[in-house]
Amino acid sequence: MNWKIPAALLVVALAYPLVFRGNFAINFGVLVLFFALIGQAWNIAGGFGGQLSFGHAVFFGTGAYCSTILQLKLGWSPWSGLAASAGAGALVGALIAALSFRFGLRGSYFALITLAFAEAFRILTNALEFTGGGVGLLLPLKRSALNFQFAERIGFYYTILALTAISIGIAIWLQRSRFGARLAAIRENEDAARALGIDTFREKVKVMALSGALCALGGTFYAQYYLYIDPAVVFGVDKSVEMLLVSMIGGTGTVYGPLIGSLLLTLVGEYTRAITDAQGLSLIIYGSLLILIIGFLPNGLVDLFKLRWRRKARA
Amino acid sequence: MDATILGAAVINGLLLGGSYALVAVGLTLIYGVLHIINFAHGSMLMLAMYGAYFLLMKAKIDPYAAIPLMVAAMFAAGYVLYRGLIGRFSHGKDENILLITLGLSIVLENVALFFFKGDSQTVTVSYSDRMVALGPALVPLPKLVSFVASLVLCAALAWFIARTDTGRAIRAVAKERHGARLVGIDVEKIFAVSYGIGIACLGAAACLLIPSFYVSPSVGHLFVIVAFTIVVLGGMGSFIGALVGSLIIGLTESLSGLFLGEALGQIGISLIFILILLFRPTGIFSK
Amino acid sequence: MLEVRGLSKIFGGLRAVDSASLDVAEGTIAGLIGPNGAGKTTLFAALTGFLAPDEGSVRFRGEDITGRPPHLICRHGMVRTFQVTQPFAHLSVRENIMVGAYLHTPERALASARAEAIARQVGMADLLERTAAGLTVAGRKRLELARALATQPKLLLLDEVMAGLNPPEIDELIPVIQGIRSSGVTVFLIEHVMQAVMSLAENVYVLSYGKIIAQGAPRQLAADPVVIEAYLGHGAAQRIAATAHA
Ligand SMILES: Nc1ncnc2c1ncn2[C@@H]1O[C@H](COP(=O)(O)OP(=O)(O)OP(=O)(O)O)[C@@H](O)[C@H]1O
Ligand SMILES: [Mg+2]
Repeated sequence: MNWKIPAALLVVALAYPLVFRGNFAINFGVLVLFFALIGQAWNIAGGFGGQLSFGHAVFFGTGAYCSTILQLKLGWSPWSGLAASAGAGALVGALIAALSFRFGLRGSYFALITLAFAEAFRILTNALEFTGGGVGLLLPLKRSALNFQFAERIGFYYTILALTAISIGIAIWLQRSRFGARLAAIRENEDAARALGIDTFREKVKVMALSGALCALGGTFYAQYYLYIDPAVVFGVDKSVEMLLVSMIGGTGTVYGPLIGSLLLTLVGEYTRAITDAQGLSLIIYGSLLILIIGFLPNGLVDLFKLRWRRKARA
Repeated sequence: MDATILGAAVINGLLLGGSYALVAVGLTLIYGVLHIINFAHGSMLMLAMYGAYFLLMKAKIDPYAAIPLMVAAMFAAGYVLYRGLIGRFSHGKDENILLITLGLSIVLENVALFFFKGDSQTVTVSYSDRMVALGPALVPLPKLVSFVASLVLCAALAWFIARTDTGRAIRAVAKERHGARLVGIDVEKIFAVSYGIGIACLGAAACLLIPSFYVSPSVGHLFVIVAFTIVVLGGMGSFIGALVGSLIIGLTESLSGLFLGEALGQIGISLIFILILLFRPTGIFSK
Repeated sequence: MLEVRGLSKIFGGLRAVDSASLDVAEGTIAGLIGPNGAGKTTLFAALTGFLAPDEGSVRFRGEDITGRPPHLICRHGMVRTFQVTQPFAHLSVRENIMVGAYLHTPERALASARAEAIARQVGMADLLERTAAGLTVAGRKRLELARALATQPKLLLLDEVMAGLNPPEIDELIPVIQGIRSSGVTVFLIEHVMQAVMSLAENVYVLSYGKIIAQGAPRQLAADPVVIEAYLGHGAAQRIAATAHA
């Protein structure tokens, strides 16, 4: 195993906010890492596990609402809320997966049912008083690291860096572990996997739980960073699609795909924002990229790097 | 519960179902033949609605008169999209088609957003506000027209598939694409034609919707999940199923709105969708 | 070690397997032959839990395993290969075999070492880093065999591993399968290649229209008119006798 790439990336990421100190630069770093985290969460189910989801916002929103409600109603610290939301995300992931896979849903049908679950959750939080309804929930401003509200943005930066590093660590582990090998087998050929003694149902439920937990962590981070959540955003189709795009464009089933995808998409997003006031340009680019990637680079942008390496290796 | 209110809710639900049917029949045709889920259906509808909108605003063509034109234009758009993009880029994997049509819908919606901004537009034609008494309910004339038209559209489509040569070829491909290829049918062409027809339905739907509905870049969202629910409910590929499914969904939406309130009422559709996917993914009319 | 009693699998009106009873003794190589569509693959699928039997029972290593899911049957020691090869197409040969090896160890290094040993055993040591999708038919058949072996089965069900191979490839594979049996694995194989059945199996069952119609040593069966008729159609026994005399 080559530890040089992750080690170098970690050093760069740790040093980044010390070199680029401006609020803009740090916010940019936070966004890249944030999308890399939720993209990786999607990738663990969609890429490593081969379970295409159109509704990952259901986990994101679960995380965001879980920690926020625990804080507002029960006075929990957001840090305990973070742990609780990972648990809630895992639980929702396992439940949705258990239901869907017990009934044998696969491929596009699984994508549709995840979409439907996200919608159901959105409508519920939108309608219930307990969750603040359509108005959403506002977290009171109380800047302190203990309260997961850093006075300096750099605190947020290192927090999301830690979470994203964990997600990448999990992806590396998946590439090297028995669990990951079993997921690859299921993704490639479920019948053959069953013949070789793999409990495909169980492994698929496990991977959805893992993915749900990571995605929920992203939801809690989002709530703490913006101090405001509402159903349309955290359970919305757009969130699900963002995660999918980050992962698909960077490269599904790869360790660094989501990071690459996130970097590219955040760059495009910031750049288009700088050149025009009109909405939509960045998404036009993302959508086109998605189509082109599927047409020409089925393994995502990561393939561009690999091609270069291979060419070098041959030369 | 007051019987008049209930009666009005039922009638409104059925009319709503009629507009859903306009959108769902094309989707079910595409699914039935190509076995793909056209995620771009909602945004193609949006495109068609802008088409009908601009025909009225710029060229003063009445939406109902614009139906043949829009049907032809949307057919061409669908045919070309399938030939040039969807068929070519998907490498024969249906999950890829799902993702490509998702990409397409993102692009279309945001192109609309880029040019037309996020505001919604409504049109006024002489008959926009005309009301017709229908039992206990007073309903807008355009809604009644679109309800009747959706019945006609389903019947026309069913006739086309059953009686024309193209229709026969489409059925052959839907049933057994390899067999169809063996007997000399150009399967890729039939795929493109079917996709074109599915999208052409949206041309008609747009013209029928626009007098009583608004148009905005995200208007397709309103129809996407609903249309998928209907298609799955009615059995993917079945016109009658789509029609009946539309009416059921329209009624569900109207009645659950009445009983559960506006906000929570919407959950009815998602729940039906989830339950149908779990228990009868082949639709309630399948054996 | 395997006792099948009155096993049936019905598709609609078709009795694809019709009250089949058979035994496979530990340490032997048993064969299953029969014309195309006789129900051989269906029988294997019903034994390994891929299809739920409609009637009858399967006992394996002293336990009734009828209706258990495939992964539990595999863990109990019976594993099948697929007639239409089912490789993990985008994974390397090594990774393919490791999936099987992981059944008994969570250790990557150990699974990898086992994969190498098994690749050597089935003669694909030099293909370890190849992607499965790029293998020839012969390579894929060996991979099916290797992956199944990696689960350390007690009973190996092979569904036409020789089909599609040319004679030299078949000659290579026969000692491999004999080696597997010598290492203590019982083998039950479906085969159309008669040369292979003759030189491998001690006891052969003949399936026709879902029914077991004969059983015995291969040489004895090859001369059995009932079998020849079932196989080659009405009158075939006489034709063969005629050519043998000529
Ligand atoms: N899933 C299924 N549904 C319906 N019929 C099936 C199914 N699988 C197999 N059959 C039918 O059952 C019969 C037995 O098929 P099977 O594949 O077991 O034969 P086989 O002996 O393995 O033949 P071959 O030598 O060609 O591999 C055939 O008539 C086949 O068409
Ligand atoms: Mg067979």
